[in-house]
Amino acid sequence: MICIVDYGVGNIQAFMTMFKRLGVDARRARAADELSVATRLILPGVGAFDQAMTLLDRSGMRPQLDEMVLQQQVPVLGICVGMQMLANGSDEGELPGLGWVPGRVRGFATHPQSRDLPMPHMGWNDLVVKPGHKLFTNFEPEPRFYFLHSFYFDADDKNDVAATAEYGHHFDCIVSKGHIHGVQCHPEKSHHFGAQLLKNFAEL
Amino acid sequence: MLRPRIIPCLLIHKGGLVKTQQFKAPKYVGDPINAVKIFNEKESDELMVVDIDATVNKVEPNYALIAKLAAECRMPLCYGGGVTTAEQASRIIDLGVEKVSVSAAAVADPGLLGRMATAIGRQSVVAVVDVRRKTGLFAKGSYEVCTHNAKTAHKLEPVAFARQLQEAGAGEIVLNSIDRDGEMKGYDIALATQVRAELKVPLTVLGGAGSLNDVGELLGACGVIGAAAGSLFVFKGQYRAVLINYPTPQQKDDLCRAALRSFQKT
Repeated sequence: MICIVDYGVGNIQAFMTMFKRLGVDARRARAADELSVATRLILPGVGAFDQAMTLLDRSGMRPQLDEMVLQQQVPVLGICVGMQMLANGSDEGELPGLGWVPGRVRGFATHPQSRDLPMPHMGWNDLVVKPGHKLFTNFEPEPRFYFLHSFYFDADDKNDVAATAEYGHHFDCIVSKGHIHGVQCHPEKSHHFGAQLLKNFAEL
Repeated sequence: MLRPRIIPCLLIHKGGLVKTQQFKAPKYVGDPINAVKIFNEKESDELMVVDIDATVNKVEPNYALIAKLAAECRMPLCYGGGVTTAEQASRIIDLGVEKVSVSAAAVADPGLLGRMATAIGRQSVVAVVDVRRKTGLFAKGSYEVCTHNAKTAHKLEPVAFARQLQEAGAGEIVLNSIDRDGEMKGYDIALATQVRAELKVPLTVLGGAGSLNDVGELLGACGVIGAAAGSLFVFKGQYRAVLINYPTPQQKDDLCRAALRSFQKT
Protein backbone atom coordinates (compact mmCIF):
# COMPACT_ATOMS: atom_id res chain seq x y z
CA MET A 1 0.00 0.00 0.00
CA ILE A 2 1.34 3.37 -1.07
CA CYS A 3 0.28 6.35 1.02
CA ILE A 4 0.41 9.81 -0.47
CA VAL A 5 1.07 12.26 2.32
CA ASP A 6 -1.70 14.84 2.06
CA TYR A 7 -0.60 17.76 4.21
CA GLY A 8 -2.44 20.33 2.11
CA VAL A 9 0.15 20.85 -0.60
CA GLY A 10 0.45 19.30 -4.01
CA ASN A 11 -1.39 17.39 -6.61
CA ILE A 12 -2.67 14.34 -4.72
CA GLN A 13 -5.34 13.54 -7.30
CA ALA A 14 -2.80 13.23 -10.11
CA PHE A 15 -0.94 10.52 -8.17
CA MET A 16 -4.15 8.70 -7.34
CA THR A 17 -5.08 8.67 -11.03
CA MET A 18 -1.64 7.49 -12.09
CA PHE A 19 -1.44 4.66 -9.52
CA LYS A 20 -4.96 3.55 -10.37
CA ARG A 21 -3.92 3.21 -14.01
CA LEU A 22 -0.85 1.27 -12.95
CA GLY A 23 -2.99 -1.05 -10.84
CA VAL A 24 -1.10 -0.04 -7.71
CA ASP A 25 -2.98 0.22 -4.42
CA ALA A 26 -2.65 3.82 -3.22
CA ARG A 27 -4.52 6.06 -0.86
CA ARG A 28 -4.16 9.52 0.55
CA ALA A 29 -3.20 9.94 4.21
CA ARG A 30 -4.32 13.03 6.09
CA ALA A 31 -3.37 11.99 9.61
CA ALA A 32 -0.67 10.00 11.39
CA ASP A 33 -2.87 6.95 11.99
CA GLU A 34 -3.71 6.76 8.27
CA LEU A 35 0.00 6.61 7.46
CA SER A 36 0.77 3.56 9.53
CA VAL A 37 -0.50 1.05 6.91
CA ALA A 38 1.93 2.36 4.29
CA THR A 39 4.67 0.21 2.83
CA ARG A 40 5.66 3.09 0.54
CA LEU A 41 5.31 6.84 1.00
CA ILE A 42 4.91 9.63 -1.52
CA LEU A 43 5.73 13.12 -0.27
CA PRO A 44 4.37 15.61 -2.81
CA GLY A 45 4.83 19.38 -2.75
CA VAL A 46 4.43 22.53 -4.76
CA GLY A 47 4.92 26.22 -4.08
CA ALA A 48 7.27 27.76 -1.54
CA PHE A 49 9.63 25.72 0.68
CA ASP A 50 8.74 27.33 4.04
CA GLN A 51 5.03 27.09 3.34
CA ALA A 52 5.36 23.36 2.60
CA MET A 53 7.49 22.70 5.73
CA THR A 54 5.05 24.68 7.88
CA LEU A 55 2.05 22.78 6.60
CA LEU A 56 3.78 19.43 7.05
CA ASP A 57 4.61 20.32 10.65
CA ARG A 58 1.04 21.48 11.28
CA SER A 59 -0.44 18.32 9.77
CA GLY A 60 0.66 16.35 12.83
CA MET A 61 2.13 13.63 10.60
CA ARG A 62 5.77 14.66 11.01
CA PRO A 63 6.68 12.42 14.02
CA GLN A 64 5.03 9.40 12.40
CA LEU A 65 6.87 10.09 9.12
CA ASP A 66 10.21 10.42 10.91
CA GLU A 67 9.57 7.15 12.70
CA MET A 68 8.54 5.29 9.55
CA VAL A 69 11.31 6.61 7.31
CA LEU A 70 14.21 6.78 9.77
CA GLN A 71 13.44 3.82 12.05
CA GLN A 72 11.33 1.41 10.00
CA GLN A 73 13.08 2.38 6.75
CA VAL A 74 9.86 2.59 4.74
CA PRO A 75 10.76 3.67 1.19
CA VAL A 76 9.79 7.28 0.46
CA LEU A 77 9.66 9.32 -2.73
CA GLY A 78 9.65 13.12 -2.45
CA ILE A 79 8.40 14.98 -5.48
CA CYS A 80 9.14 18.56 -6.59
CA VAL A 81 9.12 20.63 -3.37
CA GLY A 82 8.63 17.29 -1.60
CA MET A 83 12.08 16.35 -2.91
CA GLN A 84 13.54 19.69 -1.81
CA MET A 85 12.16 19.09 1.69
CA LEU A 86 14.47 16.06 2.00
CA ALA A 87 17.42 18.50 2.14
CA ASN A 88 18.83 20.26 5.19
CA GLY A 89 17.47 23.61 4.07
CA SER A 90 16.70 25.90 1.17
CA ASP A 91 17.89 29.25 -0.07
CA GLU A 92 14.22 29.95 -0.78
CA GLY A 93 13.27 29.93 2.88
CA GLU A 94 14.49 29.99 6.46
CA LEU A 95 13.07 26.81 7.95
CA PRO A 96 15.18 23.67 8.20
CA GLY A 97 14.29 20.79 5.91
CA LEU A 98 13.81 17.16 6.90
CA GLY A 99 17.54 16.52 6.51
CA TRP A 100 17.04 12.97 5.23
CA VAL A 101 19.37 13.47 2.27
CA PRO A 102 22.25 15.83 3.10
CA GLY A 103 22.21 18.80 0.79
CA ARG A 104 20.90 22.29 0.24
CA VAL A 105 18.31 23.70 -2.12
CA ARG A 106 19.66 26.56 -4.22
CA GLY A 107 18.22 28.98 -6.77
CA PHE A 108 19.03 28.91 -10.48
CA ALA A 109 18.98 32.70 -10.22
CA THR A 110 22.19 32.66 -8.17
CA HIS A 111 24.08 30.15 -10.31
CA PRO A 112 26.45 31.88 -12.76
CA GLN A 113 25.64 29.47 -15.60
CA SER A 114 21.87 29.44 -15.11
CA ARG A 115 20.95 32.91 -13.91
CA ASP A 116 20.45 34.40 -17.38
CA LEU A 117 18.05 31.69 -18.52
CA PRO A 118 14.27 32.10 -18.40
CA MET A 119 12.94 31.40 -14.91
CA PRO A 120 11.23 29.16 -13.83
CA HIS A 121 12.80 26.16 -15.54
CA MET A 122 9.59 25.02 -17.27
CA GLY A 123 9.02 22.17 -19.67
CA TRP A 124 10.38 18.80 -20.76
CA ASN A 125 14.03 18.10 -20.12
CA ASP A 126 16.25 15.06 -20.63
CA LEU A 127 17.58 13.10 -17.68
CA VAL A 128 21.09 11.78 -17.41
CA VAL A 129 20.52 8.71 -15.26
CA LYS A 130 22.93 6.59 -13.25
CA PRO A 131 23.15 3.31 -15.18
CA GLY A 132 21.67 0.29 -13.43
CA HIS A 133 19.85 2.30 -10.77
CA LYS A 134 16.69 0.51 -9.63
CA LEU A 135 14.48 3.57 -10.13
CA PHE A 136 15.26 3.43 -13.85
CA THR A 137 14.49 -0.22 -14.60
CA ASN A 138 12.97 -0.60 -18.09
CA PHE A 139 13.61 3.04 -18.94
CA GLU A 140 13.69 3.93 -22.62
CA PRO A 141 16.73 5.69 -24.01
CA GLU A 142 16.50 9.49 -23.71
CA PRO A 143 14.06 9.62 -20.81
CA ARG A 144 12.44 13.01 -20.50
CA PHE A 145 10.38 14.53 -17.71
CA TYR A 146 8.35 17.65 -17.03
CA PHE A 147 9.94 20.29 -14.79
CA LEU A 148 8.44 23.40 -13.22
CA HIS A 149 10.72 25.04 -10.63
CA SER A 150 13.25 27.78 -9.88
CA PHE A 151 15.15 26.06 -7.06
CA TYR A 152 17.11 22.82 -7.24
CA PHE A 153 18.63 20.24 -4.91
CA ASP A 154 22.41 20.33 -4.47
CA ALA A 155 23.42 17.08 -2.78
CA ASP A 156 26.44 17.17 -0.43
CA ASP A 157 27.48 13.67 -1.42
CA LYS A 158 27.24 13.16 -5.17
CA ASN A 159 26.94 9.41 -4.54
CA ASP A 160 23.37 10.23 -3.50
CA VAL A 161 22.60 11.58 -6.99
CA ALA A 162 20.72 9.19 -9.29
CA ALA A 163 20.09 11.58 -12.18
CA THR A 164 20.94 15.05 -13.37
CA ALA A 165 19.39 17.39 -15.91
CA GLU A 166 20.92 20.38 -17.63
CA TYR A 167 19.62 23.90 -17.32
CA GLY A 168 22.63 26.15 -17.74
CA HIS A 169 24.47 23.64 -15.62
CA HIS A 170 23.90 19.99 -14.66
CA PHE A 171 21.85 19.97 -11.47
CA ASP A 172 20.83 17.04 -9.26
CA CYS A 173 17.28 16.23 -10.31
CA ILE A 174 16.91 12.78 -8.72
CA VAL A 175 18.47 11.83 -5.41
CA SER A 176 18.50 8.38 -3.91
CA LYS A 177 20.00 7.46 -0.56
CA GLY A 178 19.14 3.93 0.47
CA HIS A 179 15.35 3.81 0.76
CA ILE A 180 14.95 7.60 0.50
CA HIS A 181 14.38 9.02 -2.98
CA GLY A 182 13.47 12.40 -4.39
CA VAL A 183 12.68 13.68 -7.86
CA GLN A 184 12.51 17.33 -8.85
CA CYS A 185 10.50 16.65 -11.99
CA HIS A 186 6.85 15.58 -12.08
CA PRO A 187 6.49 11.85 -12.83
CA GLU A 188 2.72 12.15 -12.35
CA LYS A 189 2.64 14.48 -15.38
CA SER A 190 5.37 12.92 -17.50
CA HIS A 191 3.39 10.40 -19.53
CA HIS A 192 4.87 6.91 -19.87
CA PHE A 193 8.28 8.04 -18.63
CA GLY A 194 6.78 9.11 -15.32
CA ALA A 195 4.51 6.08 -15.13
CA GLN A 196 7.55 3.81 -15.41
CA LEU A 197 9.36 5.65 -12.63
CA LEU A 198 6.34 5.45 -10.29
CA LYS A 199 5.90 1.77 -11.14
CA ASN A 200 9.57 1.16 -10.37
CA PHE A 201 9.19 2.92 -7.03
CA ALA A 202 6.09 0.85 -6.23
CA GLU A 203 8.02 -2.35 -6.99
CA LEU A 204 11.24 -1.48 -5.16
CA MET B 1 18.50 19.96 -22.78
CA LEU B 2 15.23 21.78 -22.22
CA ARG B 3 12.84 21.24 -25.13
CA PRO B 4 10.34 23.64 -26.64
CA ARG B 5 6.75 22.95 -25.58
CA ILE B 6 4.07 22.24 -28.17
CA ILE B 7 0.73 22.91 -26.52
CA PRO B 8 -2.85 22.29 -27.63
CA CYS B 9 -5.15 25.06 -26.46
CA LEU B 10 -8.76 24.02 -25.88
CA LEU B 11 -11.61 26.49 -25.54
CA ILE B 12 -14.70 25.70 -23.50
CA HIS B 13 -18.02 27.31 -24.36
CA LYS B 14 -21.39 26.21 -22.94
CA GLY B 15 -19.77 23.05 -21.59
CA GLY B 16 -18.47 21.91 -24.98
CA LEU B 17 -15.20 22.25 -26.76
CA VAL B 18 -15.16 24.96 -29.44
CA LYS B 19 -12.78 26.66 -31.83
CA THR B 20 -13.13 30.32 -32.70
CA GLN B 21 -11.92 32.53 -35.54
CA GLN B 22 -10.64 35.93 -34.51
CA PHE B 23 -12.34 35.22 -31.17
CA LYS B 24 -15.74 34.91 -32.89
CA ALA B 25 -18.00 32.24 -34.36
CA PRO B 26 -17.28 29.40 -31.90
CA LYS B 27 -17.60 26.09 -33.75
CA TYR B 28 -18.39 23.00 -31.70
CA VAL B 29 -15.58 20.46 -32.01
CA GLY B 30 -16.38 17.91 -29.31
CA ASP B 31 -16.33 16.94 -25.69
CA PRO B 32 -13.53 18.38 -23.52
CA ILE B 33 -12.90 15.22 -21.47
CA ASN B 34 -12.71 13.13 -24.61
CA ALA B 35 -10.19 15.57 -26.09
CA VAL B 36 -8.05 15.33 -22.94
CA LYS B 37 -8.08 11.54 -23.25
CA ILE B 38 -6.86 11.75 -26.85
CA PHE B 39 -4.08 14.19 -25.94
CA ASN B 40 -3.05 11.81 -23.13
CA GLU B 41 -2.64 9.03 -25.67
CA LYS B 42 -0.71 11.32 -27.99
CA GLU B 43 1.48 12.42 -25.08
CA SER B 44 1.19 16.13 -25.66
CA ASP B 45 3.69 18.35 -23.86
CA GLU B 46 1.13 20.36 -21.93
CA LEU B 47 -2.51 21.34 -22.24
CA MET B 48 -4.14 24.76 -21.98
CA VAL B 49 -7.85 24.92 -21.26
CA VAL B 50 -9.68 28.25 -21.37
CA ASP B 51 -13.31 28.71 -20.37
CA ILE B 52 -14.27 31.60 -22.68
CA ASP B 53 -17.66 32.14 -20.98
CA ALA B 54 -16.67 32.64 -17.34
CA THR B 55 -15.23 36.18 -17.47
CA VAL B 56 -17.82 37.51 -19.91
CA ASN B 57 -20.68 36.03 -17.87
CA LYS B 58 -19.01 37.20 -14.62
CA VAL B 59 -19.25 33.74 -13.10
CA GLU B 60 -16.77 31.75 -11.01
CA PRO B 61 -14.67 29.05 -12.64
CA ASN B 62 -16.57 25.78 -13.07
CA TYR B 63 -14.73 23.80 -10.40
CA ALA B 64 -16.60 20.57 -11.08
CA LEU B 65 -15.48 20.60 -14.71
CA ILE B 66 -11.91 21.58 -13.79
CA ALA B 67 -11.74 18.68 -11.31
CA LYS B 68 -12.86 16.26 -14.02
CA LEU B 69 -10.34 17.64 -16.52
CA ALA B 70 -7.50 17.54 -13.99
CA ALA B 71 -8.28 13.99 -12.91
CA GLU B 72 -8.21 12.84 -16.52
CA CYS B 73 -5.17 14.86 -17.60
CA ARG B 74 -1.83 13.02 -17.51
CA MET B 75 0.16 16.02 -18.72
CA PRO B 76 0.66 19.44 -17.16
CA LEU B 77 -2.55 21.43 -17.32
CA CYS B 78 -3.05 25.19 -17.39
CA TYR B 79 -6.57 26.44 -16.67
CA GLY B 80 -7.88 29.92 -17.47
CA GLY B 81 -11.27 31.62 -17.36
CA GLY B 82 -13.07 33.63 -14.71
CA VAL B 83 -10.26 33.67 -12.15
CA THR B 84 -10.23 36.96 -10.23
CA THR B 85 -8.77 36.09 -6.82
CA ALA B 86 -5.78 34.25 -5.34
CA GLU B 87 -8.21 32.07 -3.36
CA GLN B 88 -9.81 30.83 -6.58
CA ALA B 89 -6.37 30.10 -8.00
CA SER B 90 -5.47 28.07 -4.88
CA ARG B 91 -8.67 26.10 -5.12
CA ILE B 92 -7.93 25.27 -8.78
CA ILE B 93 -4.37 24.16 -7.97
CA ASP B 94 -5.77 21.91 -5.23
CA LEU B 95 -7.94 20.21 -7.84
CA GLY B 96 -4.77 18.98 -9.53
CA VAL B 97 -4.00 21.73 -12.04
CA GLU B 98 -0.37 22.84 -12.55
CA LYS B 99 -0.92 26.41 -13.72
CA VAL B 100 -3.65 29.02 -13.56
CA SER B 101 -3.95 31.75 -16.16
CA VAL B 102 -5.54 35.16 -15.87
CA SER B 103 -6.13 37.83 -18.47
CA ALA B 104 -8.88 40.41 -17.79
CA ALA B 105 -8.30 40.25 -14.05
CA ALA B 106 -4.59 41.00 -14.54
CA VAL B 107 -5.39 44.02 -16.70
CA ALA B 108 -7.83 45.32 -14.09
CA ASP B 109 -5.43 44.63 -11.21
CA PRO B 110 -1.85 43.51 -11.96
CA GLY B 111 -1.37 43.14 -8.18
CA LEU B 112 -3.46 39.97 -8.42
CA LEU B 113 -0.45 38.22 -9.98
CA GLY B 114 1.66 38.89 -6.90
CA ARG B 115 -1.07 37.61 -4.58
CA MET B 116 -1.45 34.51 -6.74
CA ALA B 117 2.32 33.97 -6.68
CA THR B 118 2.27 34.08 -2.88
CA ALA B 119 -0.61 31.62 -2.74
CA ILE B 120 0.36 29.07 -5.40
CA GLY B 121 3.99 29.86 -6.29
CA ARG B 122 5.11 32.04 -9.14
CA GLN B 123 5.82 29.04 -11.37
CA SER B 124 2.09 28.37 -11.53
CA VAL B 125 0.97 31.90 -12.38
CA VAL B 126 0.31 32.51 -16.08
CA ALA B 127 -0.73 35.82 -17.62
CA VAL B 128 -2.42 35.71 -21.01
CA VAL B 129 -2.07 38.84 -23.14
CA ASP B 130 -4.61 39.01 -25.97
CA VAL B 131 -3.28 41.44 -28.58
CA ARG B 132 -4.84 43.00 -31.67
CA ARG B 133 -3.23 45.01 -34.40
CA LYS B 134 -4.65 48.51 -34.32
CA THR B 135 -6.49 49.70 -37.39
CA GLY B 136 -6.97 53.24 -38.66
CA LEU B 137 -4.95 56.01 -40.15
CA PHE B 138 -2.51 56.56 -37.30
CA ALA B 139 -2.15 52.97 -36.08
CA LYS B 140 1.19 52.40 -37.87
CA GLY B 141 1.24 48.70 -37.18
CA SER B 142 0.97 49.11 -33.44
CA TYR B 143 -0.96 46.78 -31.15
CA GLU B 144 -3.45 47.03 -28.33
CA VAL B 145 -4.23 44.68 -25.46
CA CYS B 146 -7.82 43.38 -25.32
CA THR B 147 -9.90 41.42 -22.81
CA HIS B 148 -13.40 39.90 -22.55
CA ASN B 149 -12.97 37.84 -25.72
CA ALA B 150 -11.60 40.87 -27.59
CA LYS B 151 -14.70 42.98 -26.88
CA THR B 152 -12.84 45.41 -24.62
CA ALA B 153 -9.71 47.23 -25.81
CA HIS B 154 -7.20 48.84 -23.42
CA LYS B 155 -4.66 51.58 -23.98
CA LEU B 156 -1.77 49.24 -23.28
CA GLU B 157 1.25 48.43 -25.41
CA PRO B 158 1.76 44.62 -25.38
CA VAL B 159 5.55 44.43 -24.98
CA ALA B 160 5.70 46.87 -22.07
CA PHE B 161 2.56 45.34 -20.56
CA ALA B 162 4.00 41.81 -20.72
CA ARG B 163 7.06 43.06 -18.89
CA GLN B 164 4.86 44.73 -16.29
CA LEU B 165 2.98 41.46 -15.72
CA GLN B 166 6.29 39.70 -15.25
CA GLU B 167 7.35 42.27 -12.64
CA ALA B 168 3.96 41.85 -10.94
CA GLY B 169 4.47 38.11 -10.39
CA ALA B 170 3.66 36.15 -13.55
CA GLY B 171 5.77 33.02 -14.04
CA GLU B 172 4.84 32.67 -17.69
CA ILE B 173 3.39 34.95 -20.35
CA VAL B 174 1.07 33.68 -23.06
CA LEU B 175 1.00 36.02 -26.05
CA ASN B 176 -2.21 35.46 -27.99
CA SER B 177 -2.93 37.09 -31.34
CA ILE B 178 -6.60 37.95 -31.84
CA ASP B 179 -6.22 38.71 -35.56
CA ARG B 180 -4.60 35.36 -36.25
CA ASP B 181 -6.88 33.24 -34.05
CA GLY B 182 -8.29 30.37 -36.14
CA GLU B 183 -6.81 31.75 -39.37
CA MET B 184 -4.15 29.03 -39.62
CA LYS B 185 -1.81 31.26 -41.63
CA GLY B 186 1.13 31.37 -39.25
CA TYR B 187 2.16 33.06 -35.99
CA ASP B 188 2.95 36.75 -35.57
CA ILE B 189 6.66 36.04 -35.38
CA ALA B 190 7.82 39.66 -35.36
CA LEU B 191 5.83 40.42 -32.21
CA ALA B 192 6.77 37.11 -30.57
CA THR B 193 10.47 37.81 -31.10
CA GLN B 194 10.10 41.27 -29.63
CA VAL B 195 8.28 40.00 -26.52
CA ARG B 196 10.74 37.10 -26.07
CA ALA B 197 13.67 39.52 -26.01
CA GLU B 198 12.03 41.55 -23.22
CA LEU B 199 11.10 38.72 -20.86
CA LYS B 200 12.92 36.73 -18.17
CA VAL B 201 10.02 34.32 -17.64
CA PRO B 202 9.02 31.59 -20.12
CA LEU B 203 6.91 32.67 -23.08
CA THR B 204 4.18 30.78 -24.91
CA VAL B 205 2.85 32.07 -28.20
CA LEU B 206 -0.69 31.32 -29.37
CA GLY B 207 -2.68 32.25 -32.44
CA GLY B 208 -2.24 31.47 -36.11
CA ALA B 209 -0.57 28.08 -36.41
CA GLY B 210 -1.91 26.19 -39.42
CA SER B 211 0.81 23.58 -39.82
CA LEU B 212 3.78 22.09 -38.04
CA ASN B 213 5.91 24.25 -40.34
CA ASP B 214 4.41 27.31 -38.69
CA VAL B 215 5.40 25.87 -35.30
CA GLY B 216 8.92 25.23 -36.62
CA GLU B 217 9.19 28.78 -37.90
CA LEU B 218 8.17 30.23 -34.54
CA LEU B 219 10.67 28.07 -32.64
CA GLY B 220 13.35 28.85 -35.23
CA ALA B 221 12.84 32.56 -34.48
CA CYS B 222 12.34 32.40 -30.70
CA GLY B 223 14.23 29.26 -29.51
CA VAL B 224 12.99 27.27 -26.52
CA ILE B 225 9.51 28.67 -25.90
CA GLY B 226 5.99 27.28 -25.86
CA ALA B 227 4.14 27.05 -29.17
CA ALA B 228 0.41 26.76 -28.54
CA ALA B 229 -2.31 26.16 -31.09
CA GLY B 230 -6.04 25.49 -31.24
CA SER B 231 -7.16 24.88 -34.83
CA LEU B 232 -3.99 23.01 -35.79
CA PHE B 233 -4.74 20.29 -33.24
CA VAL B 234 -8.52 20.03 -33.67
CA PHE B 235 -8.99 20.40 -37.45
CA LYS B 236 -7.75 18.46 -40.43
CA GLY B 237 -7.67 19.63 -44.04
CA GLN B 238 -8.92 22.74 -45.80
CA TYR B 239 -12.57 22.06 -44.91
CA ARG B 240 -11.76 22.02 -41.22
CA ALA B 241 -13.03 18.55 -40.52
CA VAL B 242 -12.86 17.96 -36.79
CA LEU B 243 -10.04 15.58 -35.98
CA ILE B 244 -8.03 15.81 -32.77
CA ASN B 245 -4.39 15.38 -33.73
CA TYR B 246 -0.88 16.00 -32.41
CA PRO B 247 2.61 15.32 -33.80
CA THR B 248 4.22 11.97 -33.01
CA PRO B 249 7.26 12.01 -30.70
CA GLN B 250 9.47 11.51 -33.74
CA GLN B 251 7.86 14.39 -35.68
CA LYS B 252 8.19 16.58 -32.63
CA ASP B 253 11.86 15.71 -32.10
CA ASP B 254 12.70 16.36 -35.76
CA LEU B 255 10.77 19.62 -35.77
CA CYS B 256 12.36 20.94 -32.59
CA ARG B 257 15.87 19.87 -33.57
CA ALA B 258 15.66 21.60 -36.96
CA ALA B 259 14.10 24.72 -35.44
CA LEU B 260 16.73 25.05 -32.71
CA ARG B 261 19.52 24.59 -35.27
CA SER B 262 18.22 27.50 -37.28
CA PHE B 263 17.66 29.51 -34.07
CA GLN B 264 21.29 29.06 -33.06
CA LYS B 265 22.45 30.27 -36.47
CA THR B 266 20.65 33.58 -36.07
